[in-house]
Amino acid sequence: MTSLLEIRDLHVEFRLGTGIVNAVEGVGFAVDAGETLAVVGESGSGKTATALSVLRLNPEPPCVYPAGEVLLDGRDLFRLSEKDLRKIRGNDVAMVFQDPMTSLNPLKRVGAQVAEVLRRHQNAPRGQAREGAVAALREAGIPDPERRADQYPHQLSGGLRQRVMIAMALVGRPRVLIADEPTTALDVTVQAQILELLVDLQRRHGMAIVLITHDLGVVAEVADRVVVMRRGRVVETGDVTAVFEAPQQDYTRELLRATPKLERA
Amino acid sequence: MTNLVEIRGLRKDYGSLAAVDGVDLDVTAGETLAVVGESGSGKTTLTRLLLRLAEPTAGTVRFDGADLFALPAARLRKVRREMQVVLQDPYSSMNPRMRVTDIVAEPLVTHDRSVRGRRGRAKVRARVGELLDAVGLPPDVQDRYPHEFSGGQRQRVSIARALALRPRLVVLDEPTSALDVSVQAQVLDLLTELQARLGLTYVFVSHNLAVVQQIADRVAVMRAGQMVELADAATLFSAPGHDYTRRLLDAVPNPDPRLARRLRAGS
Repeated sequence: MTSLLEIRDLHVEFRLGTGIVNAVEGVGFAVDAGETLAVVGESGSGKTATALSVLRLNPEPPCVYPAGEVLLDGRDLFRLSEKDLRKIRGNDVAMVFQDPMTSLNPLKRVGAQVAEVLRRHQNAPRGQAREGAVAALREAGIPDPERRADQYPHQLSGGLRQRVMIAMALVGRPRVLIADEPTTALDVTVQAQILELLVDLQRRHGMAIVLITHDLGVVAEVADRVVVMRRGRVVETGDVTAVFEAPQQDYTRELLRATPKLERA
Repeated sequence: MTNLVEIRGLRKDYGSLAAVDGVDLDVTAGETLAVVGESGSGKTTLTRLLLRLAEPTAGTVRFDGADLFALPAARLRKVRREMQVVLQDPYSSMNPRMRVTDIVAEPLVTHDRSVRGRRGRAKVRARVGELLDAVGLPPDVQDRYPHEFSGGQRQRVSIARALALRPRLVVLDEPTSALDVSVQAQVLDLLTELQARLGLTYVFVSHNLAVVQQIADRVAVMRAGQMVELADAATLFSAPGHDYTRRLLDAVPNPDPRLARRLRAGS
């Protein structure tokens, strides 16, 4: 049976003036509809380079992909032309990034930014795109979405901005959502709300989520399976409860031990 | 137990916003007092006032009995030696063109005339060597530049610099928030060890409650400029007195999948 999204033997290199950095060396994993897979690692582990590879969003140059396949329903996205890949982006696979302030256009109203996804990827006419955008903002839990749609990013709090990003990512009803540290820049109470929103939206629409994070607490809260990365390679992978309770690799054990845990009692 | 810092009726307005709104707080000598809160809670403004890096709208801060905002310049300079700060981002808090020796030595050279000039140079290098050793860095890093270090090593350099003048109070403003967890754990261990060895008093500002639990003796919870709760760490984490504290604690992701799931299913 083919998985919804499968990465096989992915290699990512950055060819810099100072030499070649092998950011990802033979990473593979798969995720199915309705499932949340967390990719966890420290800085330099290659988790973000892996995430960006799915839609070939690493800057080229300096990035090259010497080997690997990214299969969506068994179809290799690496073999698609840039034009065909653009049809996948936003429609079948969407992304949410860490910092909503730098990924939103500061000069455009947020409603128009969400509507742009529908216009560009689905050729929706203006009025329909606007309606769709307001509906998406509402679904992302933004109160008073008609009014908020006419505001600019700087008029929104960090949590609301991240909800706009989620609305933008999900308005095209993607089957796969790749979320790269989606709550890292947020306060802890806002983080809890955003994670809850993602879980809730997944329950409703059944998309697959690939969650990139450094936070094992977040992994434990929302993921079904986990891939632990270090220095461009997969160290360990498995069911979240199994990996957390009986880690097989020293590095995973170390990471779990170093993670501060709130004791209440 | 003596109070090293006494804050009374402290207030700081920015326009119509009260960033710090009537805070009374003592810091006991030798303790680690954590100040926790979300963005915009006023925790950083509070520490800026405490270091006299900002002027208050109202209220006083006494350091070892001396009113910081009434001190003449010369005495303020003396008091400043005794209070140092380590900031969140070790990348932006160092001059990238200075060598580690000069970064760590800068407070010495600023505050101590005897180490200036050619003859002072050897003395400075010796003291910097001691400081680097204290934070677990080998002496041969002295001639290197900040970009040659990892985030954790850079934060060690920041700590060495903060200790150069043998301060009594060190304000740690999110000192491990930019670090990987394994590195964070090492830096927290280092801070604990240095405190025991040097009798330091810490004001530890953080949004990360799990980290605070590891290091704090007492915890002040800030929200919208006000201190909503102040309690022993043990009490605060087991029996939070304020509803907001409880909400903060509930929001912390738990790295135990079974527990996390049970809580989620129950919510």
